[in-house]
Amino acid sequence: MRQLANGAGFLCAMSLPGALVTFGLVIFALALVLGLGFRVNDQGLLRGPLTLGNFAQILADPLYARVMLRSLWISGLVTLATVVTAYPVAWYLAFRAGKHRGLLLFLVTLPFWTSYLLRVFAWKIILAYNGVLNSAMIELGLWDKPSMMFLNNPAAVVLTLAHAYAPFAILPIYVALQTIPRSLLEAGADLGATKAQLFRRVVLPISMPGVLGGALVVFVPTLGDYVTPAMVGGPASTMIGTLIQAQFGKANDWPFGAALATATMLVILIAVALVRQADRRWGSRT
Amino acid sequence: MKQGRLLPIYIGAYLVFLYLPVALIPLFSFNDSIQAAFPMKGLTLEWYRTLLQTPAIGQALRNSLFIALAAASIATLCATTITYLEVFPRPVLSRLIGVLARLPILIPGVIVGIALLILVNLAGLGPSRIAIVLGHVLVCLPAAVTVLRARFAAIPRSIAEAAADLGASDFTVFRRAVLPLAWSAIGSAFTLSFLTSFDEFIVAYFLAGTEPTLPLYIWSQLRFPKSLPVVMALGALILLVSALLAGLAELLRRRSRV
Repeated sequence: MRQLANGAGFLCAMSLPGALVTFGLVIFALALVLGLGFRVNDQGLLRGPLTLGNFAQILADPLYARVMLRSLWISGLVTLATVVTAYPVAWYLAFRAGKHRGLLLFLVTLPFWTSYLLRVFAWKIILAYNGVLNSAMIELGLWDKPSMMFLNNPAAVVLTLAHAYAPFAILPIYVALQTIPRSLLEAGADLGATKAQLFRRVVLPISMPGVLGGALVVFVPTLGDYVTPAMVGGPASTMIGTLIQAQFGKANDWPFGAALATATMLVILIAVALVRQADRRWGSRT
Repeated sequence: MKQGRLLPIYIGAYLVFLYLPVALIPLFSFNDSIQAAFPMKGLTLEWYRTLLQTPAIGQALRNSLFIALAAASIATLCATTITYLEVFPRPVLSRLIGVLARLPILIPGVIVGIALLILVNLAGLGPSRIAIVLGHVLVCLPAAVTVLRARFAAIPRSIAEAAADLGASDFTVFRRAVLPLAWSAIGSAFTLSFLTSFDEFIVAYFLAGTEPTLPLYIWSQLRFPKSLPVVMALGALILLVSALLAGLAELLRRRSRV
């Protein structure tokens, strides 16, 4: 039998677009960020002396550790909230939606097709001092003067991000739950397992890859988000993305921004590795 | 298995949470006041009129469409070739490329943005529409690869092998035996990439030169309280068009199943 695709010409032609994009854009651009982090500002992108100064400054100034921890804390909360609230929806879709499945799937993914910027902005007009929530409550006579406590705090950032990323976690969990054969649940129930036992011992372990997949697609983008903190967060919720963005804007110190980006990637890789380790010990069984 | 009423109620509440904030945008786009607050002052189409009379919006729309078309085409082409090689012939290099193509899912948008900003400055290109296209290819690639890989993996290997045994060239196996079975997934990957790029702000922010995309235009207007109603009218139109497109795609998908 002939092997599939052993012609060198075919392989080269087919590999070209992917190779260009992955090596030319992904690897090369990331290498540039890494390299620029060791440069001095105002010396050109690839010239000038090498230094560890940027990284030393990140470690020395407690501001950066504080903002990084706050970012981890905020995006961790957002991830937890989205995954926990999405799980029952995915469960319903997989096991109980019946003939409504198509419609419900369409409804939960539709917001994903609408502008992210406007979804965030909607929360700003809800929570603002002279915004929807305050004016509606005064109109209804539930309180008599507008409150400033809703906007410009980390809680507003968590709420807004959890709303903006809500649909992202549903699909991976739904796909994982779908692979569970009904007979497995019935067998468990026949053998006397309670609902809680069935969930903990059968459903959750099998759906764990979906849960972690959903958590990843929420955690990574929210960690680096700078739009939501700027729009609803106020100064007390500056996140690491905001600091990186500022180095390429107002502060105009690209090498320091690149060093911050490198540190952020490192933190993400560590977080992902830790979660994988925990999953291997207590989570999914395949 | 018997289950209670609680879950359907929860699903209803979840959908309300999902849609209520978004629904405010079309609502206030008809409000005859600059403030987005209750009580509403009265209905008006004034903001939609202003919208149509603003040439900058038309230009931003054209930029967004151009960028989304280009980025989605490139991302889909790359994802198709990458996953075909990864699933069927499986050379080592292709599997490496497949892993690298999924890597951007671990990179926050802000870092993709600055990485490409450094790259295009080094290449002498500078911030431009092409720069945004490159950035969006990276953003769209992981999802496109995931969609296509699932489809290719579901196509029996024996189909490709039978074609090859019957003397089809490598290209013919790809073009005539495998590709026809994957068109719907290629369409999904393209649509997904197009919509992702059309809505993308975080990466585009770093890479835009003098030609803003629609999200960048919206961002620039959000600072001015006076232009908020017009932005909401624009947002309402975007909502309407994407809901219609999503509905159309869903109908097409269902029809192709039958």
